[in-house]
Amino acid sequence: MKFDRRTALKGMLGGGAVTVALPFLDCFLNTNGTALAATGAPLPTRFGTWFWGCGLTPGRWIPQKIGAGYDMPPELKPLEAFRDRLSIFSGFKANTDGKGAVPHYTGSMAIMTGAAPKAQGMVEAPTFDTMVADTIGAQSRFRSLEVTATGNPSDSNSRRSSAVINASEPSPLAFYQRLFGPEFKDPNAADFKPDPRVMVRKSALSAIKEQRDALLVEVGAADRVRLDEYFSSIRQLEQQLDIQLQKPAPLEACKAPGQPGTTKLGTQIEDVTANHRLMAGLMAQALACNQTQVFNVMFGDATSSLRKTGNTTTHHQLTHEEPIDDKSGCQPEATFFVERIVEGFQTMLTAMDSVREGDGTLLDHMLLLAYSECSYAKVHSLESIPMFVAGRANGKVKAGLHIDGGGDPVTRVGLTVQQVLGVPVSSWGAGSMQTSKSVTEIMV
Amino acid sequence: MKLHLKRSFAAACGALALLTLASCGDPAPQSSGGPPTVRRVTKDQYAAIIGDIFGTDIKIEGRFDPDVRESGLLAIGTSHVSVTPSSLEQYDSIARFVAAQVVDEHHRAQLFGCKPASPTAPDDACAAQFLAEVGHQLYRRPLTGQELKAQVAVAHEAAGTLGSFYDGIATSLAIMLESPRFLFREETAEPDPDHPGQMRLTAFAKATRLSFFLWNTTPDDALLAAAESGELNSKRGLTRQVDRMLASPRLKSGVRAFFSDMLGFDAMATLAKDPEVYPKFTPTLIGDAQEQTLQTLTDHLLARNGDYRDVFTTRHTFLTPLLGAIYRVPVDTKTGWEAHDFPDGDQHAGIQTEVSFLALHSHPGRSSSTLRGKAVREILLCQQVPTPPANVNFAIVQDTKNVLLRTARDRLTAHRTQPTCAGCHKIIDPIGLSLENFDGLGGYRNQENGAPIDAGGELDAARFEGAAGLGKVLHDTPAATACLVNRLYGYGAGRAPVTGEAEWMKYLQAQFAAQGYRLPDLMRTIVTSDAFYRISAPSKPDGTTQAESVPASPKEGKS
Repeated sequence: MKFDRRTALKGMLGGGAVTVALPFLDCFLNTNGTALAATGAPLPTRFGTWFWGCGLTPGRWIPQKIGAGYDMPPELKPLEAFRDRLSIFSGFKANTDGKGAVPHYTGSMAIMTGAAPKAQGMVEAPTFDTMVADTIGAQSRFRSLEVTATGNPSDSNSRRSSAVINASEPSPLAFYQRLFGPEFKDPNAADFKPDPRVMVRKSALSAIKEQRDALLVEVGAADRVRLDEYFSSIRQLEQQLDIQLQKPAPLEACKAPGQPGTTKLGTQIEDVTANHRLMAGLMAQALACNQTQVFNVMFGDATSSLRKTGNTTTHHQLTHEEPIDDKSGCQPEATFFVERIVEGFQTMLTAMDSVREGDGTLLDHMLLLAYSECSYAKVHSLESIPMFVAGRANGKVKAGLHIDGGGDPVTRVGLTVQQVLGVPVSSWGAGSMQTSKSVTEIMV
Repeated sequence: MKLHLKRSFAAACGALALLTLASCGDPAPQSSGGPPTVRRVTKDQYAAIIGDIFGTDIKIEGRFDPDVRESGLLAIGTSHVSVTPSSLEQYDSIARFVAAQVVDEHHRAQLFGCKPASPTAPDDACAAQFLAEVGHQLYRRPLTGQELKAQVAVAHEAAGTLGSFYDGIATSLAIMLESPRFLFREETAEPDPDHPGQMRLTAFAKATRLSFFLWNTTPDDALLAAAESGELNSKRGLTRQVDRMLASPRLKSGVRAFFSDMLGFDAMATLAKDPEVYPKFTPTLIGDAQEQTLQTLTDHLLARNGDYRDVFTTRHTFLTPLLGAIYRVPVDTKTGWEAHDFPDGDQHAGIQTEVSFLALHSHPGRSSSTLRGKAVREILLCQQVPTPPANVNFAIVQDTKNVLLRTARDRLTAHRTQPTCAGCHKIIDPIGLSLENFDGLGGYRNQENGAPIDAGGELDAARFEGAAGLGKVLHDTPAATACLVNRLYGYGAGRAPVTGEAEWMKYLQAQFAAQGYRLPDLMRTIVTSDAFYRISAPSKPDGTTQAESVPASPKEGKS
């Protein structure tokens, strides 16, 4: 059976006579039936992904010890402070199921869609962040937010189909304006007056919604899916406007950040690091201010184009071409980028952890999945692709463990994450990667 | 063998054409046609449409979602992409920004054919007049009575709430600008009375396909009128419109858009070069490089009505002072652009020796024979190069003796000895190696790391010397002209040619040869044909059994 967003919502709402054009107000109750964001109410569990390209170095990132209290391996040293809230997943593998490995692509799509892709750019199923967004994202202004530190909006792994890609915002300034520009309603502002312009815009959208039925019967099945996605986006926009018309409940952790300046975009590591730092801070406030509950961050692209000024080779090229240093067992120049990547992840965790909220920090109230597309980029290896889960998800996960998958498919991790976040799914993945075996060690 | 036959047929056809003008290959073979498409309007098209309807001084600010390349073209990808929530947000904000400018005090006088009874209250008559006229151009057909009623109602309600007629119009206009009827070019089909049992595009869909193909913008009033009167359904009426459109200066915009797509210039926006290795690299330079190639092409193919094959050998181009610094040619200009002819014997000959091609298909800090060879195969010859194997063994390249492999040729020869890599590298590297006299930005050099560069190249059976040699081979390769025909047709149709169009594609290629490889003639052959507007499967009233789009070939990845 095909499991899409609509069936998910239908199930969530108790199977009422929901067919199409679901009114979004019905979704304002979250899956647990708890009220949202009223002071003292339970804080929502957020979800994020954090991606980098070209993996890590085998033998340098997997702890010796399995379970709690693992030893921090050399390449992960900067994450020491987060050890008790960081689980490491090693030994999970992406299978190609006879489709042939697409270099720098099969691994990430196996992790996110549960299926090996047929070719570059194609997916067999939606990436599961979109399922999580459909489950928990409907209550906030943005169903999900995608950013990239690489300067290229095409760098995004989040997709509902091969053609429906949630493009990334590459500019911190534009990201700021989207979040905290004139349309931002400060939940802690003393006065609130609904903006008549917003009312007018919301009402006007009905003129588009009325076109739906007529339009959908005019086109073939494949185009109908595309146009249906368009109309879902219209409903999402309508909901955004609706949220702007309601006085938001105060959120103690929400403090709209200052506007960043214009920054240089590109794949030079200094620019990537600086833009990523700004985006991490903005994303943390986007969560604290309930602008979104789901996000996807690209630190690097899949064929890691990160590079140093004055150097002719990118991280990707180095992974393939640089000789291995006998003493350290790594490729020294490529490892320079691995270090910057792990520091980037530390920056993201620090940004989340520095927002105090309720009885802890944002990081305690979220689940952040970090992953790459291969384990050893030198040979595009799909065995033991590095994956990390950070945060406590409001106490829904046991944190700080090293889990050894023992060659199990990567889908076990995706299934577990979805279940923790309330996606009604008991089995996930395709072909040899289909699994109903959650990683119970981390589940509470 | 097949190629040989095709070539001799083309040659014979060309010879025959000299004797019996335009009789060659006539009549056109039957074509199955393909499924109708629903294409998302591109960023450039959006800008062109707004410019056409409201004037080019209307600013468009915001981000458009990247297009997706399929079967070699973004134009084909537009038939498969949708609008995500974040992209709709952008369309919404761009639409409101555009609409606010259209109704501002500065523009309203020239853009409105009527004045409201009161500027602070709704005026349905004036609103209807404005919205019907604008809607006609935005939707590429007249609005239905119901659509117009709904748009007027939006304007009415908004004008009432906001106390401003013009704010009401802006609200309604913004809705039209983010409507699927505008953002998607949805093609509709009807039974073809001239060919019972077959389907063709409706006249409005025909006008739209024609206009975006030739001009890359929305149909103008004359074309819409020809669609409305049915003139476009007659051979004579269609020819009259095609004559007009091919003679228009707007053809240049259409041809530029086509080549920007085919040559992958969308990647220029994110092209990066290392500032220490290539201090001359700036976004302005790369913009100039792109413009240089487009000017070279339109000058040769349109202004001179030149032979397409000569774009790989032409020494005539256009330069700015910034480009002059890369080509080491003094460019003294007050106007920004100077025509320039490279002397005989110079390695600069053909678009494959221009900065746009050389820089785009290189690494940030060095040239790449592999990327360039792949680009020649995939972009100029429409040949798909397989993705590299997953388990690459770079043992040889990593050998410490590697320091002795100083030139790209040395390194790649070493790499090619790996059997798993050899298959593909053998067919791409020898092409790219002939361009090794150009560094990663396109600057000329005859040494790399102190070793002299050997720019000998190979393409299939042909062996040649240097970039100019490559140009001559490309000039004579039937794959290059066949590729152009294939891409141009796919660009116009919004999909790759289907099996039932095979005979028609062969015919187009023969016609192209017979016409001396003139691009405007090829465009004319396509747009005056029945085949271009033929729709393969009828869409049932409930839309359930309409033919699916041709399966998209894999999107090109980066490597």
